[in-house]
Amino acid sequence: MSAATFNVTLRVWRQAGPGQPGRFVEYAARGVNPDMSFLEMLDVVNDELTLRGEEPIAFAHDCREGICGTCSLTIDGKPHGPHGGVASCQTYMRSYKDGDTIVVEPFRARPFPVIKDLVTDRSAFDQIQQAGGFITARTGSAPDANANPIAKEVADLAMDAAQCIGCGACVAACKNSSAMLFVAAKVSHLGLLPQGQPERDRRVLAMVRTMDGLGFGGCTNQYECSAACPKLISHDFIARMNRDYAKAVFRAAFRPLPADAGGE
Amino acid sequence: MELGRNLFCSTIGRKLIMAVTGVVLIAFVVGHLVGNLQVFEDPDRINGYAHFLQSLGPALWAVRIVLLACVTLHIWAGITLALDDRRARGDEPYAVNRWIQAAFASRYMRSTGYIVLAFIIYHIAHFTVGVAQPATFKTNIAHYTMKGDYHVLGVTVVRGGTEVLDVRSMVIRGFENPLVSLFYMVAVGLLSVHLLHGADSLFQTLGLRNHRWERFLQLVVTAGCAAYFLGNLAIPGAAVVGLLK
Amino acid sequence: MAQLNSRIPPGALSEKWRRHKADIRLVNPANKRKYEIIVVGAGLAGASAAATLSELGYRVSCFVFHDSPRRAHSIAAQGGINAAKNYQNDGDSVHRLFYDTVKGGDYRSREANVYRLAEVSVDIIDQCVAQGVPFAREYGGLLANRSFGGAQVSRTFYARGQTGQQLLLGAYSALSRAISAGGVQMHVHSEMLDLVIVGGHAKGIVVRDLVTGEVTRHSADAVVLATGGYGNVFNLSTYARGSNATAIWRAYKRGACFANPCFTQIHPTCIPVTGDYQSKLTLMSESLRNDGRIWVPKRKEDRLKPPGSIAEDDRDYYLERIYPSFGNLCPRDVASRAAKRVCDEGRGVGETGLGVYLDFSEAIGRLGEAAVRERYGNLFDIYHEITNENAYKVPMRIFPAVHYAMGGMWVDYNLMSNIPGLFVLGEANFSDHGANRLGASALMQGLADGYFVIPYTIGDYLATQKPGSRSAADAPEFAQAEENVRAITRRLLGVKGKSPVSDFHKRLGRILWQHCGMARNKAGLEKALREIPALRAEFWESVNVPGSAESLNQSLERAGRVADFLELGELLCRDALTREESCGCHFREEHQFPDGECKRDDANFAHVAAWEYAGEGVAPVRNVEPLVYEAVKMSVRNYK
Ligand SMILES: Cc1cc2nc3c(=O)[nH]c(=O)nc-3n(C[C@H](O)[C@H](O)[C@H](O)COP(=O)(O)OP(=O)(O)OC[C@H]3O[C@@H](n4cnc5c(N)ncnc54)[C@H](O)[C@@H]3O)c2cc1C
Ligand code: HEM
Ligand code: HEM
Ligand code: SF4
Ligand code: F3S
Ligand code: FES
Repeated sequence: MSAATFNVTLRVWRQAGPGQPGRFVEYAARGVNPDMSFLEMLDVVNDELTLRGEEPIAFAHDCREGICGTCSLTIDGKPHGPHGGVASCQTYMRSYKDGDTIVVEPFRARPFPVIKDLVTDRSAFDQIQQAGGFITARTGSAPDANANPIAKEVADLAMDAAQCIGCGACVAACKNSSAMLFVAAKVSHLGLLPQGQPERDRRVLAMVRTMDGLGFGGCTNQYECSAACPKLISHDFIARMNRDYAKAVFRAAFRPLPADAGGE
Repeated sequence: MELGRNLFCSTIGRKLIMAVTGVVLIAFVVGHLVGNLQVFEDPDRINGYAHFLQSLGPALWAVRIVLLACVTLHIWAGITLALDDRRARGDEPYAVNRWIQAAFASRYMRSTGYIVLAFIIYHIAHFTVGVAQPATFKTNIAHYTMKGDYHVLGVTVVRGGTEVLDVRSMVIRGFENPLVSLFYMVAVGLLSVHLLHGADSLFQTLGLRNHRWERFLQLVVTAGCAAYFLGNLAIPGAAVVGLLK
Repeated sequence: MAQLNSRIPPGALSEKWRRHKADIRLVNPANKRKYEIIVVGAGLAGASAAATLSELGYRVSCFVFHDSPRRAHSIAAQGGINAAKNYQNDGDSVHRLFYDTVKGGDYRSREANVYRLAEVSVDIIDQCVAQGVPFAREYGGLLANRSFGGAQVSRTFYARGQTGQQLLLGAYSALSRAISAGGVQMHVHSEMLDLVIVGGHAKGIVVRDLVTGEVTRHSADAVVLATGGYGNVFNLSTYARGSNATAIWRAYKRGACFANPCFTQIHPTCIPVTGDYQSKLTLMSESLRNDGRIWVPKRKEDRLKPPGSIAEDDRDYYLERIYPSFGNLCPRDVASRAAKRVCDEGRGVGETGLGVYLDFSEAIGRLGEAAVRERYGNLFDIYHEITNENAYKVPMRIFPAVHYAMGGMWVDYNLMSNIPGLFVLGEANFSDHGANRLGASALMQGLADGYFVIPYTIGDYLATQKPGSRSAADAPEFAQAEENVRAITRRLLGVKGKSPVSDFHKRLGRILWQHCGMARNKAGLEKALREIPALRAEFWESVNVPGSAESLNQSLERAGRVADFLELGELLCRDALTREESCGCHFREEHQFPDGECKRDDANFAHVAAWEYAGEGVAPVRNVEPLVYEAVKMSVRNYK
């Protein structure tokens, strides 16, 4: 409950636009209430900046409850801040104390260029999704939902993977800027379910190819991603995707092709 | 071709190559260690063993070619991936760089790899080609006469009385130089560190790892690497303190 | 006066939709690709519509202000989605879902729409499962269900506490597929700022790119708005910060009628406010009411005591007491008002006195902590994060918060507004929930509109439009709309006053919460109707919007949205003032039964109030669409 307020110093990355040089600027955040969220603290700082006639700090946010995946701050070197399993918007000021200096940077990775200040462009994730992150189910053609029972364990595991909020913290945390956790989560979610089988091989091949093409790095199995992930998506899914990928590569190369119509 | 492109151009494909070549290399280094440990037994053993290997002729070359291919692929994949990874990070570094939890060994895979590579080159020059220390190289020292037969899987492969190269003496005299021994010890230490992550990591890369047995896997890998390190340490160690004669 | 033709098809209720589908005009498949459709919004309604329309062969352009379609506010829905599948064999049926929804909406929704919604609910679940939505399942592999407020059957499908997320990701994946197939042109970071009317028909939009500031015109044969709810007019709400009314408000100013704007749902189970800095209220899913028991101390003096020290006999489980048959599961408006009443009596808990307990100790005793954790673990975690309290040990504190807008653009049975060619889907329209929405019905409606209704009904309109007849984007109407957009931007940047935008938003929110919130009365509403225009005038004199229009400028975005809220807020109060009855969420203190229940006035207010813009500074026109009930008898809603 509301305890005494305190002051912190922020060192915030300011950058006017894409490709422009950026730098750190210090701001004092005064009268911080421990029950404030980190973003609410930034709101207050921004209102003060506005009153002083300065441009407020641009930062991405929307739902403010850890589900939309918009917020994306690297706080003191850790994507989404000091705690595990939460997004930036779920970081509360009670994690800090009077006199702390907090360094706030954008999510960094070449495929996530900075748009302004702390806002980055993560559209690369959409492109990966468009490459194959779906099950083709034309509207109106679905069988009854209970026609194919799915074991609870399988459905639950698929749900574990499906929880990804597409925030990109995995990329930001990975020393290689690898998008493996994000891609693996989607590949596993769809690949675990019976509905996802027909497109399973093409999906993993296409998504991985797109991921590589967009300039994300490779995985060296360091598991920083799953530690930074606000949904604590397990790197087990990366192993699963590696296996799926290997199988798909060999099946694609050696599986017999359906005879061409009109054959001989 | 699709297959080539998917394996050699993609990140995951190249990791698969590293893992598979890694398995082959692990099999080699472990087998090599087991063979080398015969140095602690009667000179018949290791000298017979070396003679047997040399006598394989084309088969030996086949194995060498496979190993060379594996090392090359492994290193090629490692370096190209490392370059891609660095490029992916972008130009602007984080002001605060932090590791959350990555294993120590995993952070230095490249460095340990390069030193191991340097070691391998030196080592081949040392014991296989004989350019590093020609004076003590096996062809330049007195030959050894087998006292008894040397068997592999119960089959006699080298008969008693055969004159063979004295590999044992080469090794022992080769390690008389403490600097050389030290370099070996450091190198095998770093190789063990490389394997500490590598042997665990390859299961992840091959898709055979998950939370349910990751603890167990880590335990086995750690124990294996420790044993591998001690075994390798023993040879130059024993030689340099004069335990091996 | 606007023409409000609801176009309800003739025939028996259960036959209407089938017959309508058979009767409406079709577009020849070869012609479909000659039609260009603009879809604004990619929440459940927009994404499902865009994907399905492109599957049918139409050329679709989709616009969202978000950086990705996956971030629409639908992602935040927690509890679940209703469908009359009757998988639990507990007597559910299309008719029962229909009936519950009409009754839940306190007889202020359109029968035919609601019946269709209940009918297609069944297909929605099939569609979502086929897309890979990982709904909760039982050990036997069949889909699991739970019960939700306002219903006595278990018909809610869910995916942990993230149902909206999973449904949206399903629709987003369908949309992604359509984008990669070239069927949908996706425009992200693109905020629609005006609607273009050509010859009385909606034929395009004007959009500002939020990253570059570029203003562009887009023409089409039809425009579909699926831009979500406007509850952020209250500032503090469970909505995402970006949710806004701008798209529908600008459409309103172009002549589309705004129906029942005062119908805003206040959700009973949210985490209470702690301070003035607060930007957002967090919902604790209604599903918690399945196992949690709501109470306050019987005596005022006990309200600050540790809850554990208050004896069982000194607790007032007021919902169970007042509504024995529905108990803690009574509808949202009923539960919210009851909470307000006990707090007004001075029995509210927590420092502010604005809170009631939601207690799980009984459930933990009955099921064990592990079972409770399995069911609600993530909600307990959220609660802990925000409040730093452990709800396994002490009861949660909850309070009502603005959550959903039943009101919205007026649409006919085809989901077309009174402007031909302008369709409105999802929360942005007013169609199905009457004066109160039941839990788990918004997701159902969004997907019904997008997957199963608009794909048919838009053809009925397009068939009247000659392929290729749409006007070019250089027509004067487009130029005028673009100039309008630029002028608003210039004006906002030009004020250069002293106060940040947030200041006005907070003040507007306080006025509305106080006078047009859970309880309303004439005097309060009249006061609000004086205060809001004054606040609006102050806004245009002293708002400070730093930065430029040529780059990402979040202050400018917000200023535009708040400017619209400042106008919409007034309409809300005006609507609440003229609806001289209590119904559903709209509780006029003057119209209540002695026990504090809503007193509807069916003789005079069984209608939709559809407001029509009449120009700047002129009072809007109140049009009326009478509601005719053929299948259900209007009765006093009773959850006792
Ligand atoms: C916390 C919470 C929990 C909920 N839980 C449930 C639940 O359990 N069950 C249930 O049935 N309902 C629930 N609801 C309600 C439900 O989530 C919403 O009513 C529903 O998702 C709205 O969907 P939509 O598609 O209409 O709009 P949204 O999902 O809000 O999408 C709006 C879209 O429009 C775009 N947009 C808006 N304005 C513009 C503009 N001017 N220009 C361009 N694009 C624009 C946005 O980018 C976005 O893509 C919940 C709501 C909240 C707030
Ligand atoms: C300290 C321990 C080691 C000892 C005593 C040792 C000893 C030897 C000897 C004696 C040979 C020559 C055999 C012959 O040709 O007669 C040899 C060859 C070789 N060793 Fe080692 N070795 C050691 C460690 C290693 C390690 C750690 C590696 C790998 C990283 C390695 C890789 C090789 C290779 C590649 C060859 C060449 C094999 C060939 O002929 O093709 N050795 N080693
Ligand atoms: C005898 C020699 C070697 C052995 C047994 C070996 C073994 C392995 C193994 C098993 C892996 C794990 C692969 C995976 O993650 O799936 C690995 C990774 C790696 N190795 Fe080696 N390696 C050897 C030599 C080298 C050399 C000479 C280099 C030189 C560059 C090198 C560089 C790397 C790198 C960079 C990785 C990547 C780590 C990762 O991506 O996880 N290795 N090695
Ligand atoms: S995997 Fe986790 S960190 Fe990565 S995008 Fe998804 S939620 Fe974010
Ligand atoms: S941190 Fe990076 S190295 Fe792999 S396991 Fe995660 S992607
Ligand atoms: S703002 Fe939505 S996840 Fe943080």
